[in-house]
Amino acid sequence: MKRKISLWNGLVILFGIFFVSFYIFPIYWNILTSIRPPGEVVTIPAQLIPKGIFLKRYLTIFTETHFSQNIRNSLIISSISTALCLSISTFGAYAISRIRIRGHKIILMLVLVLSMLPAVSIISPLYLVFKAGGLINTHLSLIITYTAFWVPFSIWFLTNFFKTIPTALEDAAVIDGCSPLQALTKVIIPLAAPAIFTVTILIFIFSWGEFLFALTFTTTHKVITAPVAIFLFQGKYVIPWADMATASTIVSLPVVLVVIICQKYIVEGLTSGAVKG
Amino acid sequence: MRKVELSKERLGYLLVIPALAVVIGIFLYPFITTLWYSLHSMRLNVPHLGTPWVGIKNYLLLFGFNRFLYALRFTVFFAVVGVSLQLILGIGVALTLHKHFRGRSAVRVSVLAPWAICLVVAALMWKWMYNASYGIINSVFLQMGLLNQPFDWLGANATWAIISSLIATVWRDSPFVAIVVLAGLQSIELNLYDAAEIDGGNRFQVFRFITLPLLKPAILVVLLFQTIHEIRAFDLIFALTQGGPGNATELASLFVYKFTFSFLDFGRGSAAAVVLASLTMILCLIYMRFLFKDEVS
Repeated sequence: MKRKISLWNGLVILFGIFFVSFYIFPIYWNILTSIRPPGEVVTIPAQLIPKGIFLKRYLTIFTETHFSQNIRNSLIISSISTALCLSISTFGAYAISRIRIRGHKIILMLVLVLSMLPAVSIISPLYLVFKAGGLINTHLSLIITYTAFWVPFSIWFLTNFFKTIPTALEDAAVIDGCSPLQALTKVIIPLAAPAIFTVTILIFIFSWGEFLFALTFTTTHKVITAPVAIFLFQGKYVIPWADMATASTIVSLPVVLVVIICQKYIVEGLTSGAVKG
Repeated sequence: MRKVELSKERLGYLLVIPALAVVIGIFLYPFITTLWYSLHSMRLNVPHLGTPWVGIKNYLLLFGFNRFLYALRFTVFFAVVGVSLQLILGIGVALTLHKHFRGRSAVRVSVLAPWAICLVVAALMWKWMYNASYGIINSVFLQMGLLNQPFDWLGANATWAIISSLIATVWRDSPFVAIVVLAGLQSIELNLYDAAEIDGGNRFQVFRFITLPLLKPAILVVLLFQTIHEIRAFDLIFALTQGGPGNATELASLFVYKFTFSFLDFGRGSAAAVVLASLTMILCLIYMRFLFKDEVS
């Protein structure tokens, strides 16, 4: 009996080592590539353990390229989109979860179904409309797109959360003289802080890493977002792997840190609706 | 009293209108417009030809076009195989994480890490590892003797490009599956396991007769959701292979993008987009049915 358990445990441990290595190695290798001394980036055979550390790329990426501007673009666009999306979704979720609107279930379902349309099936009219409106190569085109794009998910998540808050609290507030809107801001929102926090992080992460719309709606160095910039580092003949690795690490590290620190909220946000009860 | 109730309902409509407007504006209206484009000949690289109505001609052309048919078949194949692999790995990871052991939080962090990396960066990370001349994979395989000469994982032939793309996709997307399945596992009541232990079940019986049936809803939901997600996927494969070599890894979404924005054939590109969207919507309706089955109006 004891021997059998050890074998099983051994297999589990092996499997654990396998998937941890599988998940971590590409990231480790990427960071390693970014700090390799110039002569050692492209060696044959490639070295698993570095011989020297070269940090200068983390400086030159900002001084010698437009990358700081790209990060700034990503920050501006993601922040504004998140704030706008959150506002629209909070009001909408409050309405759907609290106020007897006829057909509210259908609205929610319709909104979710629409949000599952492939991005490529909505992008061409958006592109032509933005082009006609002179919005190509502006932050606004992406802000509009991202804000709208994440509303369905946010409303879905916030509605489900609001439903778990008992109405007795708002009723008490109304009796004390609050308008419904005040009940929302003074009672519901503070109680929904964890959910709102979760949605905020998720929308920001999604907007930060979004690629298709960013690639299509922004083309010039000054306006493109960080993911597009990294993609466009690739030249026709030469691919600056080490610089790309540096940029990739800069773009990814904050997100990875946020995900690690806010694990609980993110997992909650991703599994909502998937696990009933 | 009645006055307050009326204005509350009015307030409700008012609060929900921005959300509805925005969703109609970004999803419904553009999609209908795409549908409209698909019924016209819209080649924006020859604007003097105008955009005459052609009815379903674009669709007929597409379904006689091998490249498009391949893209459709490949998309379905990629989604089915990709999601299956993600499920196998994800469930395995979830089961491992379900037990308490020293270092469990560190392991959980490592599982969340790929999800935190944006798709483009993930693709480029793998592209670097797959690189024929300098990539670590070739280097290790050469040193281990598994290869005699460097192999172009992403460019040598269709089979290996597809396998390499699948591995990158599984890397990036299986954490999500693991997280959802883990949440499902954690919601199974512990006293069920105690009862099984009292009744003398071994670990395989426990898994088969208790864990798996209770986990079925979560697995089904994540299976449907991920399939819908993979069918629509664009970023990772675009950044990794650009659809190559040739068109071997050209997903339907890449096909649409190429035809619309490279060839500027908005008519046929839109038709392809509508076909892809229809496929997605069918899956989505099944998903909705499952998600809302407890609340059928």
